[in-house]
Amino acid sequence: MTKPNLGSSLRRLIAGRRRADRVVPPSGHTATLTTLTSAAMAFLAVFALALSIATGRLADRWSQALTQTATVRISAPPEQMQAQTEKVLDVLKTTPGVSAARVMEPDEIKRLLEPWLGPDLPVDALPLPQLVEVAEAPEGIDGSGLQMRLTAEAPGAILDDHLRWRQPLVSSASRVRILGLLSLALIGGATAALITLATQAALAANGQVIRTLRLVGARDGYIARAFVRRFTVRAFMGALAGTVLGMAAIALLPAAAPEGGFLTGLGFTGIEWGWPLLLPVLAAVVAFLSTLAAAFQTLRTVR
Amino acid sequence: MIEFHDLSLGYSGRVLMSGVTLKLMPGSFHFLTGPSGSGKTSLLKLCYGELKATSGRVEVFGQDIGTMARDQVALIRRRIGIVHQDCQFLDHLPMAENIALPLEVAGQVADARAMDELLAWVGLSGQARALPPQLSGGERQRAALARAVMGAPDIILADEPTGNIDWEMSQRLLRLMTELNRMGKTVVVATHDLNLIRVAKSQVAARVLRIQGGRVQLAGADL
Repeated sequence: MTKPNLGSSLRRLIAGRRRADRVVPPSGHTATLTTLTSAAMAFLAVFALALSIATGRLADRWSQALTQTATVRISAPPEQMQAQTEKVLDVLKTTPGVSAARVMEPDEIKRLLEPWLGPDLPVDALPLPQLVEVAEAPEGIDGSGLQMRLTAEAPGAILDDHLRWRQPLVSSASRVRILGLLSLALIGGATAALITLATQAALAANGQVIRTLRLVGARDGYIARAFVRRFTVRAFMGALAGTVLGMAAIALLPAAAPEGGFLTGLGFTGIEWGWPLLLPVLAAVVAFLSTLAAAFQTLRTVR
Repeated sequence: MIEFHDLSLGYSGRVLMSGVTLKLMPGSFHFLTGPSGSGKTSLLKLCYGELKATSGRVEVFGQDIGTMARDQVALIRRRIGIVHQDCQFLDHLPMAENIALPLEVAGQVADARAMDELLAWVGLSGQARALPPQLSGGERQRAALARAVMGAPDIILADEPTGNIDWEMSQRLLRLMTELNRMGKTVVVATHDLNLIRVAKSQVAARVLRIQGGRVQLAGADL
């Protein structure tokens, strides 16, 4: 037996004759289920893809935003605060990897605390530490070296390079992205399994058709193509409908606010809208391969 | 054309036939007869590769069909027209498309005029668009014969083609098969109908092979 070649099989499938498809009787129930399953899976896949892309974007944004900045917190008695602040600025000026450093104004500190303590915060009455915002150059700073120098020059200065914030956030976002990709793979696998079952059911129901075709000299490829083309086209059409519905649902989600809540950021932007359009093609490829495998497996048992 | 070499066939430990050696020459007409369950259908299935011999070999067109891959067997079947007792049509397709199947699976398109002539030859003009379940038993058998000859095969194998039809229709079918034999086709008909064989022997130089007790013997005039 000639082994099925994917390239030539695809070419024959696309160029397949409508008349050749007619040898398999229309099987309404299985056909409808295949289309519906494919549509539902594609709908879910759009969300998994959106989740994956959004979390990827979030991880990148958090990572970049927090990587390029650091903060020096100075906790000192009021009479030493000014002197220690100046020492810190001097140290930062001579530190490689620091592109700029500035003392944050009380109003800025107030704004930072507002979300937690409310707008009527009496900043002047509170013993708040002095904050120095450090902008990093692309090459970054040697955090531990800088901390040692700061401790030597200004004992109340503590460098916060945001690592302890950044690490869990980026790590969480990356894991959610992996979960999104895993969901996509599971949806693909489930689609393949369901289409394989539907094909096997159709092949079993059409045993007489297969025997008759064998009797008149049909080769495995001819019989397989009649089933493969049918299921591939149905999976593609179903997935197309599911994808369009999924994309519409994503488009109707509330727009992402600038402060970027996680769920409001779920969606696609710009060229990312092109990614879901690959889902119907992927569904067709999955259907093609699973149907082809199921068909040849069945045909091996009918001589 | 078809040769059996010391062939044996068995199912689940039971020997159906053994030591079968025979040669069917091109252009010959053979009847295969014997009691029910004697192995007539199995012998035909061995000829077109649906069954594999337990031992020995079957050569069709000079090739050992038992060792062929399925796709090679398919190519051999395109040179063999097979008529089954139950016809085996695709019930959702009109008769014309059923009859054209041997060409369809070979990637060819049936010529409309040739189809009309074929339908007229088997007496089914006007039934081209009918579905198989709408035809009578005799009409279905003649349609099966039309399908068997559609691809211009060299061999016609018919398994109890007259099993479900009346005597008049049986004779009509027999005449079609003798005509095919006169055109040079090798014809093998498995039947338990001895009357049909007697009538046929008056029309064509047919040989009768009898399967009995697991052996295939040439029957004499004592039918």
